[in-house]
Amino acid sequence: MSDNGAAADASPPTDREYAEWLDALAGGDGFALVCPDGHGSLPPRRVCPECGSAELSREPLREAGTVETYSVVHVPSPRFADDAPYATAVVDFGPTRLTGIVRDGDHGRDATPEVEIGDRVAVGVGERVTDGERLVVFRPVDGE
Amino acid sequence: MTDVRVAGVGLTRFGSHPERTGRDLFGEAALRAFEDADVDRADVEELNYGNFMGALAEHQGHQAPLMAEAAGVRCPATRYESACASAGVAVREAVRTVAAGDADVVLAGGMERMTNLPTDEVTEGLAIAADDLFEVRAGVTFPGAYALMANAYFDAYGGSREDLAHVAAKNHANAVPNEYAQYREEVSVEEAMDAPPVAEPLHLYDACPITDGASALVLVSEEYAADRDLDASVAVTGTGQGTDRMALGDREHLARTPAADDAADAAYADAGIEADAVDVAEVHDCFTIAEVLALESLGLFEPGEGISAAREGVTTAAGDLPVNLSGGLKAKGHPVGATGGSQIAELTRLLRGDHPNSEHVPDAEVGVAHNAGGTVASAVVHVLEVAE
Repeated sequence: MSDNGAAADASPPTDREYAEWLDALAGGDGFALVCPDGHGSLPPRRVCPECGSAELSREPLREAGTVETYSVVHVPSPRFADDAPYATAVVDFGPTRLTGIVRDGDHGRDATPEVEIGDRVAVGVGERVTDGERLVVFRPVDGE
Repeated sequence: MTDVRVAGVGLTRFGSHPERTGRDLFGEAALRAFEDADVDRADVEELNYGNFMGALAEHQGHQAPLMAEAAGVRCPATRYESACASAGVAVREAVRTVAAGDADVVLAGGMERMTNLPTDEVTEGLAIAADDLFEVRAGVTFPGAYALMANAYFDAYGGSREDLAHVAAKNHANAVPNEYAQYREEVSVEEAMDAPPVAEPLHLYDACPITDGASALVLVSEEYAADRDLDASVAVTGTGQGTDRMALGDREHLARTPAADDAADAAYADAGIEADAVDVAEVHDCFTIAEVLALESLGLFEPGEGISAAREGVTTAAGDLPVNLSGGLKAKGHPVGATGGSQIAELTRLLRGDHPNSEHVPDAEVGVAHNAGGTVASAVVHVLEVAE
């Protein structure tokens, strides 16, 4: 299935709300779903996963987030065969955290930047080197 | 409510079994469990069987009836799936069934066959235990997720790769005399430090191997054991389970495992004990950092203090609180869907005194088993005690 390095599952997202969320993120309009108690989550949601409230509103993500943890992955899954090594990070954007890959250029392999906990990053959408599939990408904020 | 006794335990050798199917592995474990228990197969009222990725690894779904055949039992049979905690939840339901008086004899355990897949496909298979939309598509692998937790832990509490290397060295040393272990060779702290990176800060010897294997337990009611004069000296006195948000990034704390806190609290309350009663533990060390997180969730160490336990010798075989005397997932091996049953089999042997490492815990009366699924979105804890 992966002897030529091709992704085992190259199918695009089949969840419409997730795809729309990625579209929004790509357009600079990333958002979280937030309940009246301030719990943030990501689509698709019908209720808040923390408290069950059905009153969910879209709130914009902060322009820059803070890296809470990261790892440079050397042994990838087949979907990321040509992306490794790459830096995965969990980043706090206010109402929610996001998980994605940190890049410093337009492509992956040669542009894995030095990452530290506490770094400030912006979020957007990039493509997997392996198969072009869309994914969440963080980029260091200038001057940080 | 009745007490639940472990009448018998059975394991396959953990390792690589390229020419055996899962049904044969579970059949062997069940055969050994029945021999150990001296219980008639015809008395088995339920089979609770754990398996995670059989559909990927063997193109075999609907495995429970197949495993009932392999074990030679005819009774309601159900497969339980909770990632790496699959056998843990299977055993827990067996314990609850017997404790409630709904059955006198239940066969529980699990099986995983993994080495027949290439490593990258195993990596892909294990990753499905994470959130596909928001983690796997974002590049999170199974080692990568624990690496994220390890760096978060170091940032919150301190600690280093060397502390983790001591966990690896300890568990490899423990596996040497264990006839069921996959790796029965010692690994030094230096060798662990020098191994290639998998997902930094985790290197090769921070990770458990890819393993084929099966586990089986014959659990019986106290009355059944007494009526038949069974040699079933170990009781499961407490069971608990916890669930957390699926994605690591949605957790309250990136360097803690609240699902395991909840499972431990419930299991201790069920057993009527406190953490300080525990004499010996088998914990889910799929990665070295996972052992640290487990020790803290079990209340055996305060948050931030588990990291130094192996280096300081507290959790080594000669220490005050030996942890993973079986070798752990780290060295004994981790056939994902079998592990939760294997931990209880090993703990039973340790408490009965017939484990090759029992000499290190001659007076142990209380043991705890901690089994985790995914990045501990699922956790199961059991308390075992010497009953007679």
